[in-house]
Amino acid sequence: MTRGLWIALATLALLPFASHSQFVANLAMLTAISAALGQAWNIAGGFGGLTSFGHVAFFGLGAYADAILQTRYGFTPWLGLPAAALLGGGVGWLMGLATFRAGLRGSYFALVTLAFAEAFRILANSIGITGGGSGILVKLHTSAGNFQFADRRAGYAAALALLALATFAARRLAVGRFGAYLMAVRENEDAARALGVRAVRVKSAALALSGALTALGGVLYVQSYLYIDPPTAFSVERSVEMLLVAMIGGAGTVAGPLLGALAVHAIADTTRSLVATPGVAPMLYGVVLLLIIGFLPGGIARFVTRPAHA
Amino acid sequence: MLEVRGLSRRFGGVRAVRGIDLDVPAGAIVALIGPNGAGKTTSFAAIAGFVRPDSGSVRLDGTDIIGWPPERIALAGMVRTFQITQPFAGLTVAENIRIGAFLRESHRNAATRLARELGTELGLGAWLDRPAAALTVAGRKRLELARALAARPRLLLLDEVMAGLTPTEVNETVALVRGVRGRGATILLTEHVMQAVTALADRVYVMAEGAMIAQGTPREIAVDQRVVEAYLGKGAAARIADG
Ligand SMILES: Nc1ncnc2c1ncn2[C@@H]1O[C@H](COP(=O)(O)OP(=O)(O)OP(=O)(O)O)[C@@H](O)[C@H]1O
Ligand SMILES: [Mg+2]
Repeated sequence: MTRGLWIALATLALLPFASHSQFVANLAMLTAISAALGQAWNIAGGFGGLTSFGHVAFFGLGAYADAILQTRYGFTPWLGLPAAALLGGGVGWLMGLATFRAGLRGSYFALVTLAFAEAFRILANSIGITGGGSGILVKLHTSAGNFQFADRRAGYAAALALLALATFAARRLAVGRFGAYLMAVRENEDAARALGVRAVRVKSAALALSGALTALGGVLYVQSYLYIDPPTAFSVERSVEMLLVAMIGGAGTVAGPLLGALAVHAIADTTRSLVATPGVAPMLYGVVLLLIIGFLPGGIARFVTRPAHA
Repeated sequence: MLEVRGLSRRFGGVRAVRGIDLDVPAGAIVALIGPNGAGKTTSFAAIAGFVRPDSGSVRLDGTDIIGWPPERIALAGMVRTFQITQPFAGLTVAENIRIGAFLRESHRNAATRLARELGTELGLGAWLDRPAAALTVAGRKRLELARALAARPRLLLLDEVMAGLTPTEVNETVALVRGVRGRGATILLTEHVMQAVTALADRVYVMAEGAMIAQGTPREIAVDQRVVEAYLGKGAAARIADG
């Protein structure tokens, strides 16, 4: 069953390459980025139970790191990628140490992450290096060396690569020692510590990994749209979408965010095309999402794959 | 191996542990007994780093470990179980035990194998792939024990792992604990099941109302007047003697 699911997902992922429509490729790219960000969120939020409401902070940091290095220092975006990952990972690690050492958990942690993202938005708005409120425009110059592609399908391929990387990381968590420790801490921190699990370190490392992957998503965004400003870089909506994609699909499962991204995009686009009255589509979208959460509390993945103990 | 001196801890007005001394020599099985609320669990929590004592010292192989976080103490070889069982509810029974196994066995296949073997040995074979949340109370007690054993501790602290077990299960667990000692581990345990204490312990410490009131061999403790009174109330020993 699980094997069949992965074959179906892989086939689906390849389909857009057969189409010459830039519209289809763009849609596919956006879905793949959503899935990759959802998967990145899932590593901390799903496997680690570190429910973050402010994951966009990492996305924005990655986006700005890439945009600033290019426009101010003339770096190639190929270097922007590792720089963004390092920055996202480093900030995730420090944020983890600070909050987990202070014993913050659950909704307190969620609120701190939310505040964190807001603080970054305000900072980006007010300092010079980010271009303040007017944002940063990256010069259009399509070439592989510039990580800018005339064909959207190349952008889609890059998004798929990030999705594959994040999913590979999630898969490692599902089978290995670090992931087992992470889940143990999620389930019962005291019991985990009694068995020698360095809980603060494990959680911080998960947040670092998640932050690094999320920051890479920010780079892909900048390279596709060649523009970043504070409201886009640090929008609450994107944080919520990451969380939704993971939860709808199945938080703490490897396939969850992929299914979640497909579902969320399918529902959003269907409602948008079905209803013309403004304001009704988002409402309908919200209702459908609530229904999914209500009827499939473990997410779509647990319903599709039916583990032995479900 | 373990040396506790003057250990104290209060919770608000309750003096849960009042300056207790306790020695656990390497290779021994030592029991800590006492009526409900005597302070046994609090002593365990303080020794294993879960509760910060107000005063006193705890030495593990001569090193003072006061202030060490629990995970560091576990890495140093002392592992405790919880009287109120603390399963990783969403993980399977085998996955639960594997967390313990990972302490000394970083290779995942080897850890999985060890976890499944140990689980089977402790009678959890049919439950290995089911979520820990589905276990019965006795099953959870076994899981606590299995997880701790999987971590291959040098010093094992067992907090009432036999409560709620049937007499047959108690006998099995007694044999198991003996086997663990036979493989070189040292054990400190609390237990209300006296039959188990008598069968296992080389030395027994008795606590009441936070204080250490007696210590000796199981035989000495059974006839100690202070101990009888602590369990049955003041004057009980005299009443029993009078018939
Ligand atoms: N976290 C806590 N907060 C407040 N009081 C506590 C706390 N933990 C223990 N106590 C109190 O400390 C005293 C000792 O409790 P403890 O659990 O150590 O006893 P015990 O000997 O393990 O008892 P039992 O045989 O019932 O397990 C009791 O009066 C208990 O109510
Ligand atoms: Mg107790």
